[in-house]
Amino acid sequence: MVKCSSMKKNNPNSAPAADHADMPIIADHISKSYNKGAVNALRDVSFEVKKGELFGLIGPDGAGKTTLFRILTTLLQADKGQARVSGYDVVKDYKQIRSSVGYMPGKFSLYQDLTVEENLTFFATLFGTSVAAHYELIKDIYDQIKPFSDRRAGKLSGGMKQKLALCCALVHRPTVLFLDEPTTGVDVVSRREFWEMLQQLKRQGITILVSTPYMEEAVRCDRIALIQNGQLLNIGTPSQITDTFPVKLYAVKAASIYTLLKDLRSWTQAESCYAFGDLLHVTLGPHTGDDLALIREYATAKGHDQVTVQRIAPSIEDSFIRLTTTNSLQYGSADQS
Amino acid sequence: MDPQINLKPSSPAAAGAAIECKELTKKFGDFVAVDRISFHVNPGEIFGFLGANGAGKTTAMRMLCGLSYPSSGHATVAGFDVYRQQEKIKQHIGYMSQKFSLYDDLTPLENITFFGGIYGVADKVIKERGPALIRSLGLENEASKLVGALPLGWKQKLAFAVAMFHQPRIVFLDEPTGGVDPVTRRQFWDMIYEAAGTGVTIFVTTHYMDEAEYCNRITIMVDGKIEALDTPAHLKQRFACDNMDEVFYRLARTARRSDS
Repeated sequence: MVKCSSMKKNNPNSAPAADHADMPIIADHISKSYNKGAVNALRDVSFEVKKGELFGLIGPDGAGKTTLFRILTTLLQADKGQARVSGYDVVKDYKQIRSSVGYMPGKFSLYQDLTVEENLTFFATLFGTSVAAHYELIKDIYDQIKPFSDRRAGKLSGGMKQKLALCCALVHRPTVLFLDEPTTGVDVVSRREFWEMLQQLKRQGITILVSTPYMEEAVRCDRIALIQNGQLLNIGTPSQITDTFPVKLYAVKAASIYTLLKDLRSWTQAESCYAFGDLLHVTLGPHTGDDLALIREYATAKGHDQVTVQRIAPSIEDSFIRLTTTNSLQYGSADQS
Repeated sequence: MDPQINLKPSSPAAAGAAIECKELTKKFGDFVAVDRISFHVNPGEIFGFLGANGAGKTTAMRMLCGLSYPSSGHATVAGFDVYRQQEKIKQHIGYMSQKFSLYDDLTPLENITFFGGIYGVADKVIKERGPALIRSLGLENEASKLVGALPLGWKQKLAFAVAMFHQPRIVFLDEPTGGVDPVTRRQFWDMIYEAAGTGVTIFVTTHYMDEAEYCNRITIMVDGKIEALDTPAHLKQRFACDNMDEVFYRLARTARRSDS
């Protein structure tokens, strides 16, 4: 924590309320629109993040994730609703929040023409601390880029930039860490490494709000919120969300997968059918009889070879697809309320 | 949606390979960005081009699109040589990426007209097929909007249709679905399948490993070299992995360099 005690003295109302102590992030009916109401970036968004939790905000580009981050980090004001971070109000107590949280924006925002070490020192100084003061927190991450400490940040690889940005966001030992799409456009290997770093930070007691468009990363979070078109579709642990999938889900495979996809889509008995890796995921409308047999018989009657049908547990991506296609929240209906 | 109407190649697909690559190499000083890669892509094939950040994918793609000269090796794209016939290559391919696709401050139809013109499509043809394309994409209600105001998923679908508008034989797609929601991502792949069904060759990069499964064959590049090239099913078998994510991880974790 940074020594900014003078600010706190100036504002007696800003002390964190005791009942918020276990909820470092509280968003309460937040709405935000742009272009005089033409674009509803956030619509009545409410959620809470518990102390020490790794909370994921999962949704595609344009869902409203960055707007929410900017409101919570006091860089943007909501039109409606309230939010508290570390017990402080995002509007009234913005200074306290700014000094106690770490924020890694989606766009690389360090100084390209400062070296790795200069960037780190600069951010430490801004927060009134030193790199040495909380070095143990960043040590494991910084060690990986230390061989390049004299290199200008602009000349770093994507993976290294990401690590430096994380170090700079942690240099003052924030109590709450905001990471906006840290793994977007990053390959599978670096993405895994990054999530392992987040697990380590979590163990050090830091509360983390992280956003990602990659649905499979959701399972690495304690709890998640699915977001689309400015609305939260569901909040819970990854297994709570997949458990509420309302129907049985089947994985179907055959020799010619694309023909099978077309055939299943034209089948009135199939309620939904979409590709999922090398499988098709299928749900059925109401009928009598055995689901597995019904699907197998249909595919075989259509002339498919090597047909396999299996009941499977839905993934977060299945849940997301279901929520966005059955809640009249389809893509492109941004003006729908 | 029926994007098929505009997807027929203007000339019969080349009898040989759509892309043929032999020992293709690109050096920047001492740095070997692309290290003797060899492969061929069949007409109508969906060819996935995967690799870790910095593996050399973009450099290889730039050579194949006629945007950069190789240091050594040979390659032809749509039958044209990457050293001597760069302009011919550009005329016969389509290209779209997540980063650069359309002009945000033009309407969908203006973008179609603009890019159609750049690629030498006759005005008369643009006037005919432009509005038809807007209809087939279901964009009639957005016709007067600027592209910048469209949701990302629609933008990407439109960008693909624009890349296909001059009826290229081969289309290069550089992370076309990055950040797109799961439903639209699948609609995008429907368009890819439709195009491939008409004989267009698809050369595509992606960070979504489930999408790697949708390709006929894929390559995985590591440190400038092609470490694997096969169908997704064979690769999973060979590395005894359940999914492409695991295959990729096993190959790419040994990478010594990352992007610069």
